[in-house]
Amino acid sequence: MNRRKAEELFFRVLMFLSTTIILLVLCHIIYSILAAGLPHLNWDMVSKVPEGGYYFGKGGGILNAIVGSLYVAVGATSLAFAIGLPLALFMNIHLTKWKKLVNGIRFLMDLLCGIPSIVYGAFGFTLMIFFGLRTSLLAGIITVTVFIVPIMIRAIDEVLMTIPRGLFESALSLGSTKSEISYRVFFKQSIAGIITAMLLSFGRAIGDAASVLLTTGYTDYIPTSLNQPTATLPLAIFFQLSSPILEVRQRAYASAVILIAIILFISLLARILTYSYKKNKINY
Amino acid sequence: MGPSGCGKTTLMRCMNRLTDLNTQTKVTGNIFIGDRDILNTHDDINEIRKMMGLLAQRPYPLPMNIFNNVAYGLRISGRKKKRFLEKRVEHYLRQVNLWEEVKDRLRDPAAALSIGQQQRLCLARGLAVDPRIILADEPTSALDPISSQLIEEKFAELKTSYTIVMVTHILRQARRIADHVVFMYMGEVIEQGPAEEFFQNPQMEMTKSYLKGLFY
Repeated sequence: MNRRKAEELFFRVLMFLSTTIILLVLCHIIYSILAAGLPHLNWDMVSKVPEGGYYFGKGGGILNAIVGSLYVAVGATSLAFAIGLPLALFMNIHLTKWKKLVNGIRFLMDLLCGIPSIVYGAFGFTLMIFFGLRTSLLAGIITVTVFIVPIMIRAIDEVLMTIPRGLFESALSLGSTKSEISYRVFFKQSIAGIITAMLLSFGRAIGDAASVLLTTGYTDYIPTSLNQPTATLPLAIFFQLSSPILEVRQRAYASAVILIAIILFISLLARILTYSYKKNKINY
Repeated sequence: MGPSGCGKTTLMRCMNRLTDLNTQTKVTGNIFIGDRDILNTHDDINEIRKMMGLLAQRPYPLPMNIFNNVAYGLRISGRKKKRFLEKRVEHYLRQVNLWEEVKDRLRDPAAALSIGQQQRLCLARGLAVDPRIILADEPTSALDPISSQLIEEKFAELKTSYTIVMVTHILRQARRIADHVVFMYMGEVIEQGPAEEFFQNPQMEMTKSYLKGLFY
């Protein structure tokens, strides 16, 4: 009996400690970014593109990077969704008979999720050269799409896997075709999870620096077409942070605050959306 | 009927070809519905499945509201007129005695219903595609006694207009509602016949001891 009590105590303490450590580290990161960035955040930062001498500490903002990042992330997430959702549904509905194949695809996707994004960047770069493209918004969107598609697929796939077989069989018994099951039943049942998957992918897309480093280039202007290069927030942070001038480095933190605020905003929006879509979900 | 693991459900799954989903399962022979062999045919599988409504061990309502659950089958077969759908949905919900309970909240999610109500909703949903046969796989095993009774009463009523194939391991349930009984054990049909004869005067030793409750 004593041994069991000691065991219980041990694991309790262990869980308490790990929770505290994680929370502390997280709070510290956010605190240090906010502390360093908030004082230097002003309306100019989010409403103006860099003016002459911006990189020496003069006026302007990083609107170019904000807009550029949103373009890249929204574009890539939409593309990845358009590719990922049908594939995930296909794996879970049409390929139910070919379990080995599906498991093979899953394994491959997990593998692709583990590849560092700089490799995707390099891949995108060679692709770009092959097609004779220059650094551009389009090249960035394509590269980031390739980078987040496996994440999107696996995230949606995990949600679809939790749907009980009975629902599939019931829907089949009503005479539904597999496509009808995909979009009328499975999609509706997993809508909340799908939004989470999109959110996860969006977060990766907007926060990744390496995959856009070689493909989107960097510019002080807001792109007006897909062929133009564009700035992105992670790169804006990177470039400003490596500046020898204090004011520019402070703006790097302000940029980080903006990036976090965007992600926070998107998360909240997704939560709200999820909430109103979740009501028809059946909890088995 | 028969003890668990005897193959009742598998036999039933052969009938609406859910066994197709399983690569390891091989089905040989013939399955006749009337004169039609539904196993060795190139006919549209969805059309075959539609002939048979399925009521599973526990209800699997579709992730949509109550109205759409019943209207689903009609919609996928191309009936989309709103007034027609409303009429049919009411008809089928009345048929399973659910209308009075849900008529004011047809737009509520099906998940809001109790398990017993969900099972009746699934029955209505199945009836809405106008099947000839109802396959019921221990449809009362997840339900409370009152809900079970409701389902049984419905079946007694429906069996005048539909063929009902029901799997059960509850001896008394079989006694209450069966017209024809098939007794299975270890994957084989041991004995079958009209219910009265089967229960009054079983032929096989194994059936006798099962009816006495010597094994289950």
